[in-house]
Amino acid sequence: MTTLSNPTPTQTQKQTFLRTSLALILWLIAYNVVQPLADWFSYSALRLGRDTRIGESIAFFLYDVPKILLLLSGMVFLISLVRTFFSPERTRALLGGKREGVGNIFAALLGVVTPFCSCSAVPLFIGFVESGIPLGVTFSFLIAAPTINEVAIILLFGLFGWKVAGLYILSGLTIAMIAGYIVGKLRMERYVEDFVWQIKGSGEVLEETLTWNDRIERAWYSVKEIVGKVWFYVVIGIAVGAGIHGYVPEDALASILGEKVWWSVPVAVLIGIPLYSNAAGIVPIIGTLIEKGASVGTSLAFMMSVIGLSLPEALILKRVLKLPLLVTFFAVIALAIIITGYFFNIIL
Amino acid sequence: MLTIKVLGSGCANCKRLEQIARQVVSDMSIEAEVLKVTEYPDIMKYNVMSTPGLVINEKLVSSGRIPSAAEVNTWLSAALRTA
Repeated sequence: MTTLSNPTPTQTQKQTFLRTSLALILWLIAYNVVQPLADWFSYSALRLGRDTRIGESIAFFLYDVPKILLLLSGMVFLISLVRTFFSPERTRALLGGKREGVGNIFAALLGVVTPFCSCSAVPLFIGFVESGIPLGVTFSFLIAAPTINEVAIILLFGLFGWKVAGLYILSGLTIAMIAGYIVGKLRMERYVEDFVWQIKGSGEVLEETLTWNDRIERAWYSVKEIVGKVWFYVVIGIAVGAGIHGYVPEDALASILGEKVWWSVPVAVLIGIPLYSNAAGIVPIIGTLIEKGASVGTSLAFMMSVIGLSLPEALILKRVLKLPLLVTFFAVIALAIIITGYFFNIIL
Repeated sequence: MLTIKVLGSGCANCKRLEQIARQVVSDMSIEAEVLKVTEYPDIMKYNVMSTPGLVINEKLVSSGRIPSAAEVNTWLSAALRTA
């Protein structure tokens, strides 16, 4: 047996605690020196003028990249920690017995906090439907979970403040509730693949009891996993953003993507459908669009369309949904995104 | 002889879990077969709602994440004792 050489539980706990505290201290120090370091490097070390385009672009890039990566690591850790308290199984139990309407609201909200990977969309769909959760409520969850993406929330917050991040969450929730509700009202149960209705699980559900140590370990794992996957896109996205920041005049985009152009929202959504990118790459670009005169509603609609309406996800869901339902599902989401886009263009 | 099943339709995470399972089996030098379950009706028999799932001797031990080699080791040791 190899167990003798393994550290005892209390030792591991101490290590985890020490590692996490140390990381927190380093994080706080780093977060506070990013701005002075970036300024010093661009304006003193490289001797770039403060009001030159190149100076502004480089200072912007050197400040934003470390700041966003730090914010991303810290927030992903916290969000993952919170998510260890939620599981698809628990969410299913919470949604059981909820009627349409209230159920759609709950499902959208739970979609934000429940850990979700699009590769699990099918088992999740079957698991919900099999336990008697209405189709429309299930769809509200399936829209909210991928559309309201934690990386997107963090990046929007880091680059443009809590207002834009809040609007993004709010529009994602609205789209998920409305689209799910409409699909539910259309009574399309017969377009779900027949095998789904025949499946009966064993009834036994995996119950885990997690210690705080387990939760922290899992949060660390998510940070490695997520930041490792997206950091490259963040850097590229911010580089493109920094270029536009320094070189494209303000209001350059107002005439094509501004709120006065009525067709900009549907066109943005249509362009967004075939584009498939993760949130990390698209957010810095979206922000720059807004800065250069694109309206917030149009920009958010474009982003939702890129993140939420993806062909790979459609292909995954094709396994359980017949074509009429799949097409309706995507069309209703697209419509909901367009409505939300117009709504924000009007009220902002 | 233990039967280990990796539940998942073939996504990247499922492949990594399968690798970990095979690695742990060979490290522990125990007799076990590692099977992949990729069809949804079969996956759903274990009542998982997120993949990858790991089943040891027909008992679901983890779902929705990639457990560490140490965890898999613990589960396999426990399964050996009860088998």
